[in-house]
Amino acid sequence: MTQSRYRLAFELYPYRKVAAQDAPVPERHPIVVVGAGPIGIATALDLAQRGQPVLVLDDHEGIGEGSRAICFSQRCLEIADRLGCGAAMVEKGVVWNVGKVFHGDDRVFEFNLQPETGHKNPAFINLQQPYFEKFLIDQVRAEQNNGLEIEIRGRNRVTALEDRGDCIALSVDTPDGPYSLHADWLIACDGARSPLREMMGLGFEGRVFEDNFLIADVKMTADFPTERWFWFEPPFKDAGQSALLHRQPDDIWRIDFQLGWDIDREKELDEANIRARVDSMLGPEAQYELEWTSIYTFQCRRMERFRHGRVMFAGDAAHQVSPFGARGANSGMQDAENLAWKLDLVIRGLAPEDLLDSYSEERVFGADENILNSTRATDFITPKTEISTLFRNAVLTLAHKHAFARPLVNSGRLSVPCTYDGLSLTGEDRLAGGPARTRPGAPCVDAPLRDGFLLDALGSGFTLLTLNTDAPETFAEAGIDVARLALGADDDPTGALSARYLGQAGTAVYLIRPDQHVVARWPAFDETATRAALRRATGQE
Amino acid sequence: MALILQPNIPDQDGFYQELLAAHDGLGKAESDALNARLILILCNHIGDREVIAAALKAAK
Repeated sequence: MTQSRYRLAFELYPYRKVAAQDAPVPERHPIVVVGAGPIGIATALDLAQRGQPVLVLDDHEGIGEGSRAICFSQRCLEIADRLGCGAAMVEKGVVWNVGKVFHGDDRVFEFNLQPETGHKNPAFINLQQPYFEKFLIDQVRAEQNNGLEIEIRGRNRVTALEDRGDCIALSVDTPDGPYSLHADWLIACDGARSPLREMMGLGFEGRVFEDNFLIADVKMTADFPTERWFWFEPPFKDAGQSALLHRQPDDIWRIDFQLGWDIDREKELDEANIRARVDSMLGPEAQYELEWTSIYTFQCRRMERFRHGRVMFAGDAAHQVSPFGARGANSGMQDAENLAWKLDLVIRGLAPEDLLDSYSEERVFGADENILNSTRATDFITPKTEISTLFRNAVLTLAHKHAFARPLVNSGRLSVPCTYDGLSLTGEDRLAGGPARTRPGAPCVDAPLRDGFLLDALGSGFTLLTLNTDAPETFAEAGIDVARLALGADDDPTGALSARYLGQAGTAVYLIRPDQHVVARWPAFDETATRAALRRATGQE
Repeated sequence: MALILQPNIPDQDGFYQELLAAHDGLGKAESDALNARLILILCNHIGDREVIAAALKAAK
């Protein structure tokens, strides 16, 4: 029997017995995703939209409760938008720009993300994770109604797996007993404690941070502004080393207290104790209800590689970071979009299996960048030695008065997607004077067009973006079609497209991957170079 | 030249990490001595008494 490990916010895929459970021969699936969390569902959706049938197994019957990841980045929303559910997330989410940093009672400084205009999606939204997940599952239901083959089986827990060379054999436990399945490809999105990783005996090395964080989500109709407030050494009673106040939808406020290592969890989770802390922070007259509370610890670590033959790991199963910077779920969504198009090409026989190694190469690179950033933030917020405390407090003191010290204040560097500089699939940059932000390896930056936005105009496959110059309408290399997107000055009402893609250049041609990362760019169409870049980007060189 | 009090160091987080890494494994007295040597080296590099005087004032 499958045991429940957590309570549900939404029951969305209740267990139903399927014919495969009584099949004399194990059912064979091209793709099985284990874990119906946000990364598993995003991966499954992306693959299904590319025409691949996907089976998702989850050991629960819906989405776990608790706000958990609350901060979703622009790139994450762009990915969700491509999958069809980004707009619903933005509509429900809270958009914020201003952050204030305090040290004790003193306000050190405030910052404004001042989001650049000319993007369809905001820089960040705050949204409780269960809503984020529910919008993804809603999209799955919509795609099922459109006839796409994507199936979620609740209370189907994988208990064993065996690599048979040409497939992965899975043992699955259900309320009606166990059954077997065969998968050509297995995608493990089963979370930080990944049972699949354990079953395969794979390591998950990194640094443990000895700290406990108390999360209290409180519901109140208070006058606090929609800002991120962060305290170093908060002045409220028993608030610990740092504290965070951040608004979510539905009049919910996220409060984080950093409690340290030697704590009594039971005692700290006692409602009276939590209320004493929250009262001290919000003031005695604040009226609120405790919506959800939790204590968590974290580690910064990753698997050595994310591909092991026919098994790929994604999201928290592959890498874990500290919460500072919102780099967990946001980077997992980038795993999903990186993997989906590659696996689709491999299954179609249009790219060699080696292309999947580039998934590991690129996302390990991304994980390292995220781990580095979140580790630095953690070290700044929680200095581990006397001298690092001294420097940290010196920075905070100087930041009051002097602008130079403010960029050194690190309460978390917010998630931005990484650029795959110099990696195997990344091609040449021949565009003299081209902007650095759209160089090969970078994710495309959105820009307003005469009608709509650039990222919406990119297709689901490879795109040849031409700016003020000519190229064939379509072309193919080794069976892979490339669609042209021809834009000129008339399509660029604000000048943002030119600033972001031409820079000092007058014309440009960009080859863009299905996950909207730039492969290579040139001042004019060069057929030989484009074909070579496309082969490189699909693992054929 | 006036004392620069606007951000002036590229890759601030990398710089900060490097600065603290120099103190890894040092006791209080050794760290203090390292800081003193570092200040003297940087002052010599600046070489301009007016800038150093302004920096001393900003740090107080």
